Amino acid sequence: MDDYELSRRYAGKLLLRHEILIDEPRFEHLLNAHYFTSETAIQTKWSHHECRRCGNQKPSLFGQIPCHHCGETHVYCRKCIEMGRVMACSLLYEWTSPDQPWPSHPNACTWEGELTTAQQKASDLIVRKIQGREKEILTWAVCGAGKTEILYPGISEALKLGMRVCIATPRADVVRELLPRLREAFSGVYIQGLYGGSLEKDGTAQLMIATTHQLLRFKQAFDVMIIDEVDAFPYTHDTSLPFAAARAKKETSTTIYLTATPRQEQQMRMARKKLPHVFIPRRFHGHPMPVPVFHMCYSLKKDLQKSQPPKAFFKWFHHRKTPGRQLLIFVPTINLAGNLTQKLAAILSNSTTMAVHASDHDREEKVQQFREKRFQILVTTTILERGVTFPSVDVAILDAGHTVFDEAALVQIAGRAGRSPSDPTGEVVFFHDGKTEAMREAVRSITRMNKRGGFH
Amino acid sequence: MHCLWCDADMIPELSWKTIFWLSRPTYLCPPCAEQLTILKGKRCGKCSRESDEEVCPDCRWWAADAAWDDPLVRNYAVFSYNDAMKEMIAKWKYRGDYCLGKVFEGAYQTAFKQAFSFLSREAVAVPIPLSDERMHERGFNQAKMLADFLPLKTWDILTRNHSEKQSKKTRRQRVTAANPFQLTRTVKHPVILADDIYTTGSTLRHAAFVLKEHGCPAVYALTLIRG
Repeated sequence: MDDYELSRRYAGKLLLRHEILIDEPRFEHLLNAHYFTSETAIQTKWSHHECRRCGNQKPSLFGQIPCHHCGETHVYCRKCIEMGRVMACSLLYEWTSPDQPWPSHPNACTWEGELTTAQQKASDLIVRKIQGREKEILTWAVCGAGKTEILYPGISEALKLGMRVCIATPRADVVRELLPRLREAFSGVYIQGLYGGSLEKDGTAQLMIATTHQLLRFKQAFDVMIIDEVDAFPYTHDTSLPFAAARAKKETSTTIYLTATPRQEQQMRMARKKLPHVFIPRRFHGHPMPVPVFHMCYSLKKDLQKSQPPKAFFKWFHHRKTPGRQLLIFVPTINLAGNLTQKLAAILSNSTTMAVHASDHDREEKVQQFREKRFQILVTTTILERGVTFPSVDVAILDAGHTVFDEAALVQIAGRAGRSPSDPTGEVVFFHDGKTEAMREAVRSITRMNKRGGFH
Repeated sequence: MHCLWCDADMIPELSWKTIFWLSRPTYLCPPCAEQLTILKGKRCGKCSRESDEEVCPDCRWWAADAAWDDPLVRNYAVFSYNDAMKEMIAKWKYRGDYCLGKVFEGAYQTAFKQAFSFLSREAVAVPIPLSDERMHERGFNQAKMLADFLPLKTWDILTRNHSEKQSKKTRRQRVTAANPFQLTRTVKHPVILADDIYTTGSTLRHAAFVLKEHGCPAVYALTLIRG
């Protein structure tokens, strides 16, 4: 491997020794010549540890292990152990020789669709931000506004300028869905998708889509960092992921946040004009977001304890306006998803019912089958809350007052309905046993967005 | 305390009992602990597989093999091999999350008391070793960790040649493979072999065979799971 190839492979990475596939003498030489620089993987101050790979500082997520190599007991990080164990005696290596420039692709975008006026406006702004190498921009687009397409001109511009681009998303599902779309839209560019279990693992492409976990292996790598669904569940709760995203971008880089439900903190920054943003209030097919309807069920908790769907649900189900639509049912817990599906299948025997949740191995397959309309009802936990599109569904939430359904989640779930131009509406029903602030806020925020989109 | 599996905060129950007697530390939160199932009910007297027969067909096959006297008296397994267990074992052993092994301590000790209380205090626990290469890769031997849980002396007296992972081999390959174990010293006491999983039983029998050959009076095995 010559210098060019080494740089391609290792520039912008932060790796453990066994992740660097160079034999020992050669590596020794590169290290002495300062091609690589090392740092200790776990920093300890008094009895406080910090993992330099994932930013973990939580004491319960550090363990002790008798080290086979040093014969001492070491601390190791339990948080990022899925990516290979990092111990107190491990070193992280970073490529510190000058980078080789990435090629310029003058006309990378092969997508021939057209953007709506609102999309065009947002995408122009993104292009300008990238050209000006400005720090950040938030794109606030309602669910179903066509966020991915908005990015195409920006990505195309970045590739023209020879920049390296990464789309980071918290969910592997989203990587799997985006990858074929991007490969079609940029057919001449080599694109990699990285997620746990992906076939390509080396992360050497100029344009990449990665789960935020996979970003932990990068440092100062990207000129343009696109963070999709920044508000999504693991992202806001897990501090290692913003840590990874911040480290993976270069010092002068442009960060583009994409979201349908900005968090309080972002809303405040936008209001104070500290965070430049663009708002896309209309869905790409020009119809408003469906507004959720509340249905009170007095014995909801009791019914759900018996995994029994509430009476109000059946009442609604049998009088749906468009009975031909598929139905997506959200429930708060994995257990409930499984049990409820059995009950539903027994009661509604003329429509087929399936369940998916995070630890389901056939998840991808079931989602695909549902998309192909092979079965009627899909019961799911919040994993399908965002990033997945089904053409024509009604949406119901059982126990919408549960704490897993915060405002952002509820807005996202409502946004699953009415996604296709041929069926732009859909019913969204929240079954609850007491309105929560989150539910009220969700409806308020949807009506407000519709209003800003010019619907009254 | 935080659950070692899901990191949920566990608030210990406070009662007179917990004030006056030190209770065994719990490493898993109740929902996670529930996912592991301890083997109960009828099982094969020889290998611990869940079975209505006294001796399962597998073990009859081992017994019928006239080439050797079955060197293993019996294997006792603690947990059944369900999906939750598979994930935990993978994280503990292959990802190398050393602490996670503590989760099994209580159940492993209880099983020892139930199944091997007849053994004298002289008995020794011998862990199934890893090859040097594998040890270098993983950094610890999960079987050694299990052996250390037992109220016996642990003698790490077996060594192993490097070969492909057992879990990557077929049944035929495992059963017909050459014996990869050597003994570094002899034992004149009964031995309990400690390992994480009994799948075909060939690993444990190879190890037992080497021990018996060098004069060990009886070899038993206590594994975490019956695969």
